[in-house]
Amino acid sequence: MLTTFRDLFRYNIEFRIGVVLVSLIVIFSCLSFFSPYVPEQIYTVIPDQPPSLEHWFGTNSRGQDLFWNLTFAFRNTLVFGLIVAVLSRIISIVVGMTAGYLSGWVDRGLMFVNDIFVALPIFPILILFYFVLRNDLDTYTLALIMACLGWPFDARLIRSVGLGLRHREFTRQAIFAGMSPAKIMFEEHLPYVMPIIFSTAMANMIWSIGFEVTLGVLGFTNLNVPTIGTTLYWANNHSAMVVGTWWWVIIPVILIILTFIGLFLLAVSMNEHIDPRSRLRRMGGGNG
Amino acid sequence: MRAYLIFALKRLLQLAVVVFAGVSAAFVVAHFSPISPIETIIGRVAGQSSFSPTAVESLRQTLTELFGYDQPLTQQYLNFWSRFVRGDLGPSLIAFPTPAMELVMRALPWTVGLLTVAIIMAWLLGNILGGLAGYYQNNRPLKAFGIVAIGIQPIPYYIIAFLLVIIFGYLWPVLPISGGFAMAVRPAWSFDFIFSVLHHAILPALSLVLAGIGTWFLGMRALVSNIVTEDYVTYAELGGVNRGTIVMGYVTRNALIPQLTALAMALGGIFSGTIITEQVFSYPGLGTLLIRAVNGGDTGLVLAVSCVSVIAVASAIFIIDLLHPLLDPRVKVG
Repeated sequence: MLTTFRDLFRYNIEFRIGVVLVSLIVIFSCLSFFSPYVPEQIYTVIPDQPPSLEHWFGTNSRGQDLFWNLTFAFRNTLVFGLIVAVLSRIISIVVGMTAGYLSGWVDRGLMFVNDIFVALPIFPILILFYFVLRNDLDTYTLALIMACLGWPFDARLIRSVGLGLRHREFTRQAIFAGMSPAKIMFEEHLPYVMPIIFSTAMANMIWSIGFEVTLGVLGFTNLNVPTIGTTLYWANNHSAMVVGTWWWVIIPVILIILTFIGLFLLAVSMNEHIDPRSRLRRMGGGNG
Repeated sequence: MRAYLIFALKRLLQLAVVVFAGVSAAFVVAHFSPISPIETIIGRVAGQSSFSPTAVESLRQTLTELFGYDQPLTQQYLNFWSRFVRGDLGPSLIAFPTPAMELVMRALPWTVGLLTVAIIMAWLLGNILGGLAGYYQNNRPLKAFGIVAIGIQPIPYYIIAFLLVIIFGYLWPVLPISGGFAMAVRPAWSFDFIFSVLHHAILPALSLVLAGIGTWFLGMRALVSNIVTEDYVTYAELGGVNRGTIVMGYVTRNALIPQLTALAMALGGIFSGTIITEQVFSYPGLGTLLIRAVNGGDTGLVLAVSCVSVIAVASAIFIIDLLHPLLDPRVKVG
């Protein structure tokens, strides 16, 4: 695992940029632990101040220091993305590996369900959930719902790897040695699936954070919790672009785009690393 | 041919299950909504003038009978389906007494039009450019486009639309940023109206194309850069086949099939993106309608939009899947 990261870091400029971007955002969000302000409090500083030495990112119309407020927003958003990624990874591993290893009617049944989930338009469904749950739809409930919707693509990918592993020599060896299917799946096959899990986890975070931002901006979430979505919601609510407090919109948008690009670069470069052909082409240097 | 029919029937069964599951789930979720449409109507009526408590009570009773809420849940569910099949989902509340289905049908052409144009443009452009970039790997403009694509691809629909609104709404106001056509134009088959519709569609469509093109470009580039190492490509090159023919006829064409599958799988996501984009540009499609319905507490309309969305997306995927074996002779059906 460590050598993989070392190789990636050495040979892949996309991976390097991705690591730098994501680390910066993570450090930024960790600064929230040292914030002098409580994120829920409003009118603690003079409103509508442009960026200055005292307030690095300026202050917003609700009298909050934007720099510290955004540290909380990014922490909440990233934690949300991580929860969704971890939960949906668990579902996709279980479904994908079971379908791939057991095959037969289990595979057909699981993939049938899988296809149903792929065909669902997620946004109207999330809106429907908000419509029913209203203010009960907090970050964790939303994360749970997103996790239940975000596994099918990756489960299919994991299944295809599992199908390939099933016919390998060592699997037959393990069966003859009397290992149970569960043990074979999670001790023998899981390591082969791990790279896919990492790269899809990044893609999944982009996906879930994108929806979180959208729901937040529309006001379909708990508006008192600072996230990227609610930050933009309040900026729109106070007509930030019209009033001229551009920093309230531009700074969060730039930061969130950097986050997305960072995560995406990590996902893409890991994906490329998984495919030995493209890995060799890169490592061989000067692809002829 | 027989095998193809069996394949089509299997897919049709799957479509039926998706529609059944989606619509049933929507019914269940809406049923447990804390917002009762009856109380919403009473609140609206009572807000306009004062009524005696007995009048309100009898109004409540009438409405309960009208919506059929006094019947057992299974009966309600069956009624829901029998009405749904006939395309009747009750009146909407935000535009009472217009049927919810009529509002949805009015909005649907806008969404379908925008979505179709944007998908075709993004898919074709992305695949052609991606195919060229995969084949001519040292071409500078295509390399630069690749970097731009990596930068744009992960940005969610909302942010792209939002940035376009900022750019074309505040910094350089040359294009309309809201509505489906200009206020002054009457909807009719006139030149003015069509021009106005196209003019207003530029930004929403551009936003969708920008959000989608990166995926197709990057996917195609990766596929093609693997295909170019195949023997048949080397053979064609050595045989002196025209480069353009190799790229478009031999390489890209082979890679289009997985890209078509990817399109079918991405359709749900693209649909979600479209209704988000519509909301940003106040485009008169399903997205704007859905948000209005949620804000107005209109259960029937939310249900109608969700059900129609599920059916529309599932049917579109079904059609793409049916095309698949026709385009690729290697796909074994049955």
